[in-house]
Amino acid sequence: MIMIFGKPLMLLYGQLTLGLINGSFYALLSLGLAVIFGLLNIINFAHGALFMLGAFVTWGLLQYLGIGYWAALVIAPLVLGVFGVVLERFLIRRLYGLDHLYGLLLTFGCALVIEGLMRNNFGSSGVPYAIPSALQGPLNLGFMVLPRYRAWVVLAAAAMCLVTWLLIERTRLGATLRAATENAPLVQAFGVNVPRLITLTYGAGCALAAFAGVLAAPMNSVNPNMGSNLIIVVFATVVIGGMGSILGSIITGFGLGIIEGITKVYYPEGSATVVFVVMVIVLLLRPAGLFGKAA
Amino acid sequence: MRFTRRDLMGTAAAALAATALPLGRARAQTPTLKIGVLTDLSGPYKDLGGPVSTACAQLAAADFGVAGKGFNVEIVQADHQNKPDVGAEVARKWFDQDGVDVVMDVPNSGVSLAIAGIAKEKNKIFLADGPATSNLTGAKCNANTIHWVYDTWMLAHSTGGALVKSGGDSWYFITADYEFGKALQRDTTGFVTAAGGKVVGASQYPFPGTTDFSSYLLQAQASGAKVVGLANAGLDTINSIKQAKEFGITQTLAGLLVFIADVHALGLETAGGLVISETFYWDLNERTRAFSDRLWAKVPNKRATMDQAGVYASTLHYLKAAADLGIDKAKASGADVVARMKAMPTDDDAFGKGIIREDGRKIHPCYLFQVKKPSESKGPWDYYNLLATVPAEEAFRPLKDGGCPLVKA
Repeated sequence: MIMIFGKPLMLLYGQLTLGLINGSFYALLSLGLAVIFGLLNIINFAHGALFMLGAFVTWGLLQYLGIGYWAALVIAPLVLGVFGVVLERFLIRRLYGLDHLYGLLLTFGCALVIEGLMRNNFGSSGVPYAIPSALQGPLNLGFMVLPRYRAWVVLAAAAMCLVTWLLIERTRLGATLRAATENAPLVQAFGVNVPRLITLTYGAGCALAAFAGVLAAPMNSVNPNMGSNLIIVVFATVVIGGMGSILGSIITGFGLGIIEGITKVYYPEGSATVVFVVMVIVLLLRPAGLFGKAA
Repeated sequence: MRFTRRDLMGTAAAALAATALPLGRARAQTPTLKIGVLTDLSGPYKDLGGPVSTACAQLAAADFGVAGKGFNVEIVQADHQNKPDVGAEVARKWFDQDGVDVVMDVPNSGVSLAIAGIAKEKNKIFLADGPATSNLTGAKCNANTIHWVYDTWMLAHSTGGALVKSGGDSWYFITADYEFGKALQRDTTGFVTAAGGKVVGASQYPFPGTTDFSSYLLQAQASGAKVVGLANAGLDTINSIKQAKEFGITQTLAGLLVFIADVHALGLETAGGLVISETFYWDLNERTRAFSDRLWAKVPNKRATMDQAGVYASTLHYLKAAADLGIDKAKASGADVVARMKAMPTDDDAFGKGIIREDGRKIHPCYLFQVKKPSESKGPWDYYNLLATVPAEEAFRPLKDGGCPLVKA
């Protein structure tokens, strides 16, 4: 057996695969955050709550309306996208002239209220959601048995990241969006409805969180704390990748998942903190993040 | 004169104070024993203790029958959030400001050690039903604490011992990285090595907050150990067992601490065949069924875990001892009540007859169960087959081995 630092190579392959699965969620969530921060300059602390709501909407669709997983993959992001639009129009919009801190506090407050309400209604153990039948069963990779569903999560997340990146970097809409990020008044002067663009961007960011929520629903139980467990790591991902950098979030998300996976082999007690150690190192060496532009 | 908002509030406060005073005086005539159920209302152990623990304390007060005994019983509950600092803060406030006499339940070993210290400091009482660490009756024992239901030594001895006997001689542990997981791993390791087995490795994962155990399960698989020992509880155990199935782990899974609520959540399809140890099961005998039916009437569609049953039994015994001692004395000194509780034999529907040892260990039999396969189960909550009974005298760590300072050599 080939060994690396006293651990069998096969085991490391397995851990890298698992790291990619967790990384998928970091990437998807930090992508949404980066998009929102880039255009709105809002640090959206409600992102974890939206992710959790996405999972609950998935569960609710099946429970109350009999709508299954594949449809939920489209419907839940739409529902949460609309929710995001409402949130932006009636609450977040009022804070644009003010310091970042106000947006952070408002969205954090929203997250606490949403999570509290859900905990009150559904308890903390959460509700189960079955894996769709087409994705049940194991997949033997030779070095490990990978549940088919988890393989799907990695593929779906990677595809969604690619689509979002293409949309922003390679289309006319994306170009307008990036221009508005750089200089909103000038873009408005060219006749683009910037406020509407901002609203829709926030909605799209929320929809991305909900999409991640749908992917997460069948993995563990759907529970009110699932977002808050994840959101801090996701913020670290955004900071490491460089605030507002789309590509940075995606690469950092998958990368951190893998680093975390390797830590679980060599020093499991540190697996909850390794992300923040990386963050400290990156901030010391490159204060703007790995892919961020220095201010 | 203009009537301002401040005037209004002042008047309202005065009015409130005026009405509250006579009530306060009237209440002072009948002394009240105040019981605080400190439990997990929002985290991974909610279904092991939680609101049902409080219901069990209320049931005990009702079964005891306060009427005509010259005192009242009041029961309050709070969430410790699995954080020792949060739990300690609640306990201090309860003891100092709210007049609570006894803290119950506390399903979290880390929190429980903090509460035991505070109960001693304030000369109040801690009846530990939820926590597992055997240190509560070992080096950390004190005269204000009773450890009621089970502990890590008992679990390791019963479940660990049974698995080693049936050929599981190499172990890998997946351990919650705090007081409870470490104590359980330590005690189980003791039995495994004493029987000639060996421990080939362990993963200590961050607690709370871990929901993905796949990484540790793969390491356990790669280690080649025959038995994967789960030194965790509640939602963590549920997730570990579920994911072991998903990832095709074929080794024997040793759920070192599994409650009936976990089996219920897992379903017999997944949990069937597990060998586990408990000190209470609703369908053991006439008395446990009678208790369980009374609880069912209060909390429909639930059967108590051993932790929750422990809250019932310890509340009942506390009330008996306090009444026996005299309420004024009982409120004055927690250590005196605990001494009286140790002097009186216990007798309740959940655990039958028992005693409390001088190190604060409540003694009763431990049962080794195997979880039924779906085909064997005759109805809801019919989950266990009894494999063996460890008699009360052998179920817990011998008095001399614990190192409790209360035990005279």
